[in-house]
Amino acid sequence: MIWSIAWRNVWRNKLRSLVIMLAVIFGLVGGIFSVALMNGMMEQMITSSIQTQLSNIQIHHPDFLTNNDVRYNIPQANEVAEKVSNSEHVMAVSQHISTQAMASTATTGTGVMIIGINPEKEAGVTTINKNLVDGNYFEEEIRSQPIVVGKDLAHTLNAELGKKVVISIQNMDSMITRGAFRIVGIFETNNSMFDESTVFVMKDDLASLIGMNPKHATEIMVRLDENKYTGQVAGALKKKFPKLKVQTWMDIKPEFELFNSWTQQMLYLFLLLILFGLAFGIVNAMLMAVMERVKEIGMLMAVGMTKKRVFAMIMLETIFLSVTGGIIGILGGYALVEYFGTAGINLSVVSEGLQAVGYASIAYPTVESSYYFIVGLMVVFTALIASIYPARKALKLKPAEAIREEA
Amino acid sequence: MAIIEVKNLHKIYDETNVPVKAVNGIDLKVEKGEFTAIVGPSGSGKTTLLNMIGGLDKPTKGEVVINDTKIHDLKSKDMINFRLMNIGFVFQAYNLIPVLTAKENVAFIMELQKVSRKDRNQRAMELLRNTGIGDKANYRPGDLSGGQQQRVSVARALASKPQFILADEPTANLDSKSTADLLDMMLEMNRESEITFIFSTHDQRVIDRAWRVVTIEDGKISSDKTREN
Repeated sequence: MIWSIAWRNVWRNKLRSLVIMLAVIFGLVGGIFSVALMNGMMEQMITSSIQTQLSNIQIHHPDFLTNNDVRYNIPQANEVAEKVSNSEHVMAVSQHISTQAMASTATTGTGVMIIGINPEKEAGVTTINKNLVDGNYFEEEIRSQPIVVGKDLAHTLNAELGKKVVISIQNMDSMITRGAFRIVGIFETNNSMFDESTVFVMKDDLASLIGMNPKHATEIMVRLDENKYTGQVAGALKKKFPKLKVQTWMDIKPEFELFNSWTQQMLYLFLLLILFGLAFGIVNAMLMAVMERVKEIGMLMAVGMTKKRVFAMIMLETIFLSVTGGIIGILGGYALVEYFGTAGINLSVVSEGLQAVGYASIAYPTVESSYYFIVGLMVVFTALIASIYPARKALKLKPAEAIREEA
Repeated sequence: MAIIEVKNLHKIYDETNVPVKAVNGIDLKVEKGEFTAIVGPSGSGKTTLLNMIGGLDKPTKGEVVINDTKIHDLKSKDMINFRLMNIGFVFQAYNLIPVLTAKENVAFIMELQKVSRKDRNQRAMELLRNTGIGDKANYRPGDLSGGQQQRVSVARALASKPQFILADEPTANLDSKSTADLLDMMLEMNRESEITFIFSTHDQRVIDRAWRVVTIEDGKISSDKTREN
């Protein structure tokens, strides 16, 4: 019956209970949605980076990464790529020749990262082919060497589709050499820094320009069927190719992993702060509820209700009050996240700023389903903490005095 | 044999650094089946005496023995349990739980005593019928008159099958008819079931019908009269 009394007591002052519940509901809906948005944007940024630049795993000559010197390449890269593609969970493998270069047009020039690719293989590893905003992805046969550039870079170079770009690059003998390329495609990703500094050419064209054996590559990019296997597959590849440097995207961009784990911690901290604020409201409401019922609590103690039961009754009331709001809040948050997780939120108003740091202009909020469960536990925990003070206040009442208290 | 024995009971309040002797050396014995009114003017110490007999307040000196148990020697938890099993309370302002129905208010005490659901519901209904409000079992206190609420309160006090019932000014908030009806009901229970009632009151209507009247003045018993039946 104590459960029943506690539940009915929640509805004794409907307005007050509803105000507290609404505070919990709005707090949780807002909290969960904000957290999901932050998490979704973070996940999108990582996924987008994996899809456009990093892949899940990269393999290099151990000395290549020191200063991107093409002389430190992987000989017989075809054979390595073949073996890698036979590994479990590997979805696609692509060989790159990548190095720093200077891209120039008739009017201006800028430093770029030039990446020589096999377009067919590359399409399985990165999504650059799907990010074209103009032209095509090395599909059109032209007399000069084709090049695909980022939209921002095209703007910097005052170049457009069909225009010539001259690449100045250090060859295998450490001499500067030049090659003329014609723009066949312009791409745009979520990351304007990437778009501003990256060009793609055919691997054979680049190998020929710098005098590298076309069977060699400076890096082998590996895409997996699921990101969660990255560590496992990388471990296996390290054993298979002990003389090569096998790195995961987390090794290459440790700041992503750091930012990711920081975001995960922030998800809980943010909600904890919201619940902390709500706890004061709950304490206040419960304190009022106790002070209004001094006489009744005194009677309960007088007729034989133990302090433990009185404490439990106040605690249950607080939990019912908070959890009712909590359940609705979590369901509301879930519905909102599910809806916008599919429909997306258009942040194009601030897309320029977002793209500068690699975020997409349409965000898809998302959180792990376990997060809702943990939020539920956090609500119960908050209610328990919030109930302690009012419950202790009730226990301090002396039955003889409380019974005669004027209402 | 006395079921309640009060020996040299004192209660001194010192809340404002001026000691107030609320109860100043009271000796009293109450036999089973008595219908006793403790009377006196406001501030005479009758409620304090009742609170100490009921174990709600601790005496400064002296002791209360109920069926050979010195109740103020009991630990807090044992005292709560003792009250639950041995004493029924009726309060001036009824003090029912407003969110429970009349039946639930009565059954609640038995739940604290761990009586099975079936037995407590059965007994609660029986008690409500005996107190004349069986037809109001599913009403909440807010939907009942003062007299009806006090009847529920008496039923609740009887629910635990106590040794005696302490009633603190039970008629203070009732009109004449409700008071007369309530007293009729309690006297009938007293006669038929030998239930011991102890009242604190200054209501002449109660005093007139009690068969023992203990008068307290300035914390001491000034008279103790038993009416011949």
